[in-house]
Amino acid sequence: MKAKHQRLTLALAALAAIVGAGVLAVSALGEQAAYFYSPADVAREGVPVGRAIRLGGMVEKGSIRRSDDGVTILFTVEDGPARTPVEFRGVTPDLFKEASGVVAEGRFRADGTFIADNLLAKHDERYMPPQLEGGKHKTETLEP
Amino acid sequence: MIAEAGLAALWLAAALCALQLALVAIGMKEGRGDLIAAVRPVAMVQGLLAAASFLILIWLFVRSDMSVELVVANSHSAKPLMYRIAGAWGNHEGSMLMWVTVLAIAGACIAAFERQLTSAMHAATMGAQAFIGLGFYAFLLFASNPFARLSPPAPEGLGLNPLLQDPGLAFHPPTLYIGYVGLSIAFSFAVGALVTGEVGPKFARAMRPWVLIAWIFLTIGITAGSYWAYYELGWGGWWFWDPVENASLMPWLAATALLHSVSVLATRDGLRAWTLMLAVVAFSMSMVGTFLVRSGILTSVHAFAVDPTRGTFILVLLALYIGGALALYGSRVAHVRSGAPFDPVSREGALVANNLLLSVILAIVLIGTLYPLIADGLFSEQLSVGPPYFNATAGPIALLLVAIMAAGPLLRWRSDRLGALGARLRFAVIAGATMALALVILGAEAGVMPFIGLVLAAGVAVASLAPLWGRNLKRTPLFTWGMVIAHLGIAVSLAGMSANAAFTKETLAAARFGDVLEVGPFRVKFMGVRPVAGPNWSALEAELRAVRGGAPMRLLPQARFFASPPTNTNEAAIRTLWDGQLYAVMGARDDDRWQIRLWWKPFVTLIWLGGALIALGGLLSLVGRWRRERAAALRESWL
Amino acid sequence: MRRWALWLPLAFFAVVLAVVGYGLVRPPDEPLRSHLVGQRLPAFSLPAALPGRPTVTGAATGEPRLINIFASWCVPCIAEAPQLLQLEAAGARIDAIAIRDTPADIARFLDRHGDPFAAIGRDDASKVQLALGSAGVPETFVVDGNGVIRHQHLGNITEEDVPVLLAELEKAR
Repeated sequence: MKAKHQRLTLALAALAAIVGAGVLAVSALGEQAAYFYSPADVAREGVPVGRAIRLGGMVEKGSIRRSDDGVTILFTVEDGPARTPVEFRGVTPDLFKEASGVVAEGRFRADGTFIADNLLAKHDERYMPPQLEGGKHKTETLEP
Repeated sequence: MIAEAGLAALWLAAALCALQLALVAIGMKEGRGDLIAAVRPVAMVQGLLAAASFLILIWLFVRSDMSVELVVANSHSAKPLMYRIAGAWGNHEGSMLMWVTVLAIAGACIAAFERQLTSAMHAATMGAQAFIGLGFYAFLLFASNPFARLSPPAPEGLGLNPLLQDPGLAFHPPTLYIGYVGLSIAFSFAVGALVTGEVGPKFARAMRPWVLIAWIFLTIGITAGSYWAYYELGWGGWWFWDPVENASLMPWLAATALLHSVSVLATRDGLRAWTLMLAVVAFSMSMVGTFLVRSGILTSVHAFAVDPTRGTFILVLLALYIGGALALYGSRVAHVRSGAPFDPVSREGALVANNLLLSVILAIVLIGTLYPLIADGLFSEQLSVGPPYFNATAGPIALLLVAIMAAGPLLRWRSDRLGALGARLRFAVIAGATMALALVILGAEAGVMPFIGLVLAAGVAVASLAPLWGRNLKRTPLFTWGMVIAHLGIAVSLAGMSANAAFTKETLAAARFGDVLEVGPFRVKFMGVRPVAGPNWSALEAELRAVRGGAPMRLLPQARFFASPPTNTNEAAIRTLWDGQLYAVMGARDDDRWQIRLWWKPFVTLIWLGGALIALGGLLSLVGRWRRERAAALRESWL
Repeated sequence: MRRWALWLPLAFFAVVLAVVGYGLVRPPDEPLRSHLVGQRLPAFSLPAALPGRPTVTGAATGEPRLINIFASWCVPCIAEAPQLLQLEAAGARIDAIAIRDTPADIARFLDRHGDPFAAIGRDDASKVQLALGSAGVPETFVVDGNGVIRHQHLGNITEEDVPVLLAELEKAR
């Protein structure tokens, strides 16, 4: 009888642990998942100040400016119809350049500037940042 | 002709795989021992043929045979030999061939070396292995042929991406793949056990070395991958919770749990059903990792949509194997006799806790990794799950797990007293308290988690050595040494992670020649910039002179430029000292100023040193178990 | 109660599989398709990719044409080159947009794999590619005489696709 009882206890413990993990994971995901936006999404839906998101698009040609401290850069991310100003402090990744794809991780400041903690430029020039492929299709106003 | 020979070898191997499955099925059904006896040689020849096919593919890459599509797309005759070889598996088709080859060789190894199982159990295992193999041969031959010809041949290849030319990247995948696919053996063993109903200590002792081998390779692969990301990506981080990294971590977590539950099964004949479950889960995680995560479907559905046959094929295979094994489990495991009972406070109790916590971490990582896919599929939301999620959820549970790890090896099997455990842990508690006190007195500004991590690391390091106390070190079995060293490795690694998180100092500045930057205890002078050139790149190299008392050290970070295709990379300069690493990256130029980023990372090297110790512990354990089994076999033959 | 618990892992796995399967089946026909199919081309003009060759614009041409999006660094583009030559031989007008490429590379690519293009534009920033709603290379659009996109072909053109594209061109006439 004892062995059977123990088996049941163990099975319930395993079940409880996995369910607990699921609950923990889902609640943390609600807070920590970073949603992906393109500038057009930002313009259409708006993003609350301070919420961690990913912003993806193309670095607008001629938009990269360096501030006086030499390590902060300002540039504009665009996806055709809309543009978002971005500020980033740090060494830019290898493939970060004008007129190529970028994904910026960070949050919006109250003045509407996106403060990036991190910039991701895809390692392979052949591909756009993957999320961009899906993201830009939300935008339907491509007609000038 | 060579490419055709490779393809022919692959077809033959697939045919033998089908034959192997048929032999097992008919042999078991009709009780024909002669058919079963033929399984071993068939499996061995199959392994040789698959290996031959893979070697031929490597040869085509070495020779730069531009009439083969795969070579054209992924290689270039100007590439150094090492990267031409590595190019063979640096792409979808080639890596699939490597996967299948490792699988076939694993099957050949069970055929050649596994002598402990009953013949029915061995046959069932070989059948399961052949069943897995058949699906992947089909995938390779019908949806990802690596030997396809290009007509007319191209004059030159297209694959010269300098970012992929790195020794770490070249030899990382084979190591991981041996680990991933090695777990298929545990999977097949579990399927065999479910079919025949033979689960027990003997089964566990037979399975353990195979799990250990796979686990050692996974450990090495993860450690090396982490170090590669650290020095190559130039962000100073060592783990990014990237889907590709998670793909290797998940099988490792499952294999670690399996390794521990198997020892309960081997020693005490407990946790039978659970061990089978873990064996199924471990290889399932390998497959999910390779095919859902590494394949790129997770980050970009487009990667698969370009070739929907492949995506569908893979999903069907996953459904067949994982679903099939789980269904078999659901219907058959109730027939597995229940194991021996034990007290909650006992070695078994601690190992159960270890297993539960590892499973929880695994579930958290799995959910976090698949969530973007689920959100995309169900709600059409684009999102990513990054370090904040994983650190907040998996971090505290991992710390709890490490704490239990300190106690586990000090508990007796079956039943023990908490008081006695406390006595055995007293030195560990003293070590932890000393560390806590030292941190407080030194006024170290560590966060909560790094603080707990450092205290735990000190305590666990001492506790992990405790099983050796009072023993004759020379007569201590090798596998006990293995456990001690692997657990010590966890403590060392945890110390490195915590110290890095707590004490890293960072400086980012735009510097002119002659400027002095400060980072941690170092004063770093920017001496100048000069051009340098390599075989296929040119670079600007900054000269930095770092001083912390004593003689100055030179650091030479580079901003490299590769001409074909035009690519810029940053080469970090890393100086390893006894108490940490100084890490320098050179950024962009702005008039007469250059971006310089410096990190001082105290004791960061312990992270990988710990990883190496863990792998070494696994190796000692493997050798120790092997020796003991051989001795036991000799004794048996004497009787 | 214990019996059904044994099936939980399978149930969980089935859910994951269903979601992944759904994600896999959905994309080829929905998000990857350009929203512009059935609409007029956006106005664009690109620099000519090769000196002395005409370039592509979004203006109506009065006759149906194919717009092929390609790049010299793209392997599937090599695979579809013979089919493009076939299409040209069958009387199709093919305009091309080269994505993130250099004139030298483009010239070499055309030398090696044939040049069926009536006009080639250079899209260094993938801007027009984005505006057309194309997500990768190669892709081919069928555009009618009024500049309306009638059909989008994803990926490289295979032997079997040639009659399909010719039929689409005929429909667009």
